Amino acid sequence: MSKHDVTMTINGRRHSGSVEARISLADFLRDEAGYTGVHLGCEHGVCGACTVIVDGNAVRSCLMLAVQAEGSGVKTAEGLAAPDGALHPVQQAMLDEHALQCGFCTPGVVMTLAALTGDEKKPTEEQLLAAMSGHLCRCTGYQGIRRAVRRLAGAEAGGNS
Amino acid sequence: MTAHEIKAGRHIGRRLQRKEDPRLLSGRGQFVDDISLPGMLHVAFARSPIARGNILSIRTDVAREVDGVHAILTQQDLARFKVDMINFYLLPPELPITPLAGGRVCYVGEPVALVIADSRHIAEDAASLIEIEYAEEDPVVSIADARHGPLVHAESESNIVQQMGEEEVSEELDALLKGAAHLVTQKVVHQRISQSPMETRGVVAVRDGTEELTLYITCQSPHMVARWTSLALGLPQTAIRVIAKDVGGGFGLKNHPWKEEVAVILAALSFGRPLKWIEDRYENLIAANQAREQEMVLQIAFDGDGKMLASHGDYSCNNGACPQVADCNIAVHMFLWAAYKMPVYGFLTRGWYSNTVGLAAYRGPWAMESLIRETALDKAARQIGIDPLEIRRRNLVTLRDQPTASCMNIPIEDITAAECLEKLVAYFDIPAFRKEQEAARKEGRYLGLGIATYVEPTGSAGSIATMTGELAQVRIEPTGMVTATMSTHSQGHGTATTMAQCIADRLGVAYEEVTVYEGDSSRGGFSPGAAGSRQGVIAGGAAIRAAEMLADKVKVLAAHLLQINKELIFIEEGMVHVTGASDKSRTLRSIAEVAYGEPSRLPPGFEPGLEAQFRYQPPPLTLTSGANACVVEVSGETGFVKIRRWISAEDCGTQINPAVVEGQVAGGLAQAIGTVLLEEMCFDARGNPTAATYKDYLLPSISDVPVFEFVHADTPSQTIGGMRGVGEGGAIIGPPTLVNAISDALSIFGEVPVELPLTPAKLLGIIEGRDIAGHAHAEPDSKPAVGEPLVEASAVETLAETPPEVPALIDGDWKMVLSTPMGPQEMKGHFESEGQSLSGYLSSPEGEQGFTGTVEGNRVTFDLKVVKPLKITLKYDLTVEGDKLTGKVKMGIFGSAKLMGERVREAVEA
Repeated sequence: MSKHDVTMTINGRRHSGSVEARISLADFLRDEAGYTGVHLGCEHGVCGACTVIVDGNAVRSCLMLAVQAEGSGVKTAEGLAAPDGALHPVQQAMLDEHALQCGFCTPGVVMTLAALTGDEKKPTEEQLLAAMSGHLCRCTGYQGIRRAVRRLAGAEAGGNS
Repeated sequence: MTAHEIKAGRHIGRRLQRKEDPRLLSGRGQFVDDISLPGMLHVAFARSPIARGNILSIRTDVAREVDGVHAILTQQDLARFKVDMINFYLLPPELPITPLAGGRVCYVGEPVALVIADSRHIAEDAASLIEIEYAEEDPVVSIADARHGPLVHAESESNIVQQMGEEEVSEELDALLKGAAHLVTQKVVHQRISQSPMETRGVVAVRDGTEELTLYITCQSPHMVARWTSLALGLPQTAIRVIAKDVGGGFGLKNHPWKEEVAVILAALSFGRPLKWIEDRYENLIAANQAREQEMVLQIAFDGDGKMLASHGDYSCNNGACPQVADCNIAVHMFLWAAYKMPVYGFLTRGWYSNTVGLAAYRGPWAMESLIRETALDKAARQIGIDPLEIRRRNLVTLRDQPTASCMNIPIEDITAAECLEKLVAYFDIPAFRKEQEAARKEGRYLGLGIATYVEPTGSAGSIATMTGELAQVRIEPTGMVTATMSTHSQGHGTATTMAQCIADRLGVAYEEVTVYEGDSSRGGFSPGAAGSRQGVIAGGAAIRAAEMLADKVKVLAAHLLQINKELIFIEEGMVHVTGASDKSRTLRSIAEVAYGEPSRLPPGFEPGLEAQFRYQPPPLTLTSGANACVVEVSGETGFVKIRRWISAEDCGTQINPAVVEGQVAGGLAQAIGTVLLEEMCFDARGNPTAATYKDYLLPSISDVPVFEFVHADTPSQTIGGMRGVGEGGAIIGPPTLVNAISDALSIFGEVPVELPLTPAKLLGIIEGRDIAGHAHAEPDSKPAVGEPLVEASAVETLAETPPEVPALIDGDWKMVLSTPMGPQEMKGHFESEGQSLSGYLSSPEGEQGFTGTVEGNRVTFDLKVVKPLKITLKYDLTVEGDKLTGKVKMGIFGSAKLMGERVREAVEA
């Protein structure tokens, strides 16, 4: 199968590669660029685990081809924390609120919330919850994710009730 | 009294942040698909598109031509490996199972050929080019098919995989049921469930020379996988190292390798390059072992006051073609009435073969007992005309009733289901809800309240070979930091956090200073990991005791160095202090440096270093209790169920970390919501799975799961630390709580048949009194009346035809397997006959016991009295046919169990 050259900026670093047209962005990020924090849970766009940020938008990297990301800026969970290691507000909220267990769906959840709350955006709790309906978590029953969402929407996280 | 005791609870019981989380939140987890090794090749499978038939031919020549394909293997290529696909109990399957299909396929998705290629993409391309010709046969799909259809496996005598209990209800029980003031019959049809961990199965297998094998595999315990692989693949001389640092959920699916993983391991052994197979979601949904698919009928007799008199249960479960554990689920009957005053219970329980993918565990495998009991009690309350709360109050075992024993002889000493129920009632205003419900009905809105209570067996150890104690190895490093290697394993359980809390608490150091290592079979010691809600209970106890032993060692050394009474020394925040002499305080590091580096300063007989290890053997079983309530609104227009509130009152004893406890409960409850409302693994009449994506198999999303409210009851258990297991409870108590709420909401329309899932179409059908769901799946067999013998499939009637003159030829040694409530038990038997009298002994790892009995023709009978785990007389009734021994063992209240045996020849072959 013929190959195509692609270049993109991943977590602030330029990355070039040569891929078959059928290679998904997820496979490119994982296998070519080494960002294994991109997790593949279903490969048909339902579970949301593979979500990354492409040019500011949350994208399911299993449904986008690597060649479609040519020239784009891509961010994965590995690139979210500050250079000094300080966690991103989304990561901190999820840590504080026990929003994960096995951690497999987590990078996707983090990236969607980061995309929606970035650039000084002020989404409502309802908007964030609606976005979270596109992420499947089999472990937590979404309790901690709800609390993190409430905190990110600017309200007080409400404990158990 | 001592400083140590006063300071206890510094870290246990706190909602500390999890140690695992910063890494996982930053994409730095290490899951199996993240492993990439030099020279590694990729595997894909060609799978059967039919449920049943013979393989006529396999053509691989076209597939082999694909660039990048290295090899294509079939079962013929793997046959030189002698693989025994043992179960979780490490015992052989009822019928031989091969990694790849050998000559015949018995479910859709069964792996037939394995492709090794440069990439997964190429491997899949080639797999699609393998041409396999089949002679397709009509499959046996449902339990109803299995009862009357052809044999799934020609080698078996019927489609029953395993059976226990009595086929006929005893006259005494029958009289109690029929003569009671009220007889309530409840039937539950439970759909098939896909465990659906977000990380699918996967393995990277590396042969390191001839003596070493390294497996990276997503699993529930690396130790269990290492043990299983050594035994199943017959590799006693091979150093097997299993690594699973992070695992994306298990839920019972990943107890040990199965067909695909074994095929990849064998391929790696023969091909000599590291091989990776990562299951995709399509494969996971159609070909990974599944769970549930059960039918049960429960009868309960009540007196005029609503007190229970007697009960009978008839249970069936679809085991598929190649179950991981052949199972008739005796635990359903063991725990059905454990929390209730039930005088008499009888049962029949069976597992059935079918041409579907095999059965595996799923969170609370015996959960049917709570689902059918609690929904039956609500039905009884409606039928008798008393409140659902009241019917439970009249029948639950309270603390005042204990100690006692259940009708199945389980010791009941410290359960609090009744007390949890009262806590729930105190928290939730039921009369206010009833008023709201009444008002809503007038507006055409259907609100319902569901209540359920239960107990759950947790922390089991000692009755099953693989259910062992847990090991903690704790050390203070020469740097003063504390590290521990544990036998635990986390698939999201947070054991690196909770074990560190236990150790920090009892050692007297900061939580941040403790690091827990697990996830590698070369560290720690054996345990089955996450199986049966056990790690917090048992490993928590091990960590506590090991930390206490280590603290004592520090005190001995410090007392010697300071020339001070040991009792005056205490450890806090990593410092060693002397009561009343603050100038004598020292860092742990300074003590550790002496312990490791200056042997001349150690007290006589003091083992250098600061290390302690403890393997904790807890009581055989620890019971967790709980009561849940939920409120739903069912839409009269759409049949859609909205869960408005959900309250969990759970007594899991000491909570190491309440956030982890609540996370476990909430996760189980969310899965329960999926079970009741959404999830369904269906098959068409040809045995094709009809849910192959997450668009068809619906997992609960955030909009389906409410905020859970927790009412904790912390009654310490009898274990070190007082913990009780909490991993499975939500998935057990959730389904009946939600079903009861829906049934309550729709009670004005009559009884809601409990056929899961309760989809909007089914519920709208009940509201509108018409069939909207369109009978999506086949009607299960109707339950025969109590006492009516069942007509079973095929060839059971081959016994007793041998003329009586033929000597039994029982004499000699036999290897036998008995299917007991604790799982299959292997034993050896020695028999000697003289005329009609028989003598001999049975031996098992538990010991040896003699017996005498009789021989009549080829039938031998004898009794054996056992006291462990329970006092019962086992009545053996066996038939000898050549070198085979078959028959039944009557086991008192446990009914009968099947026994199979083979003559032990004094052969040299291993």
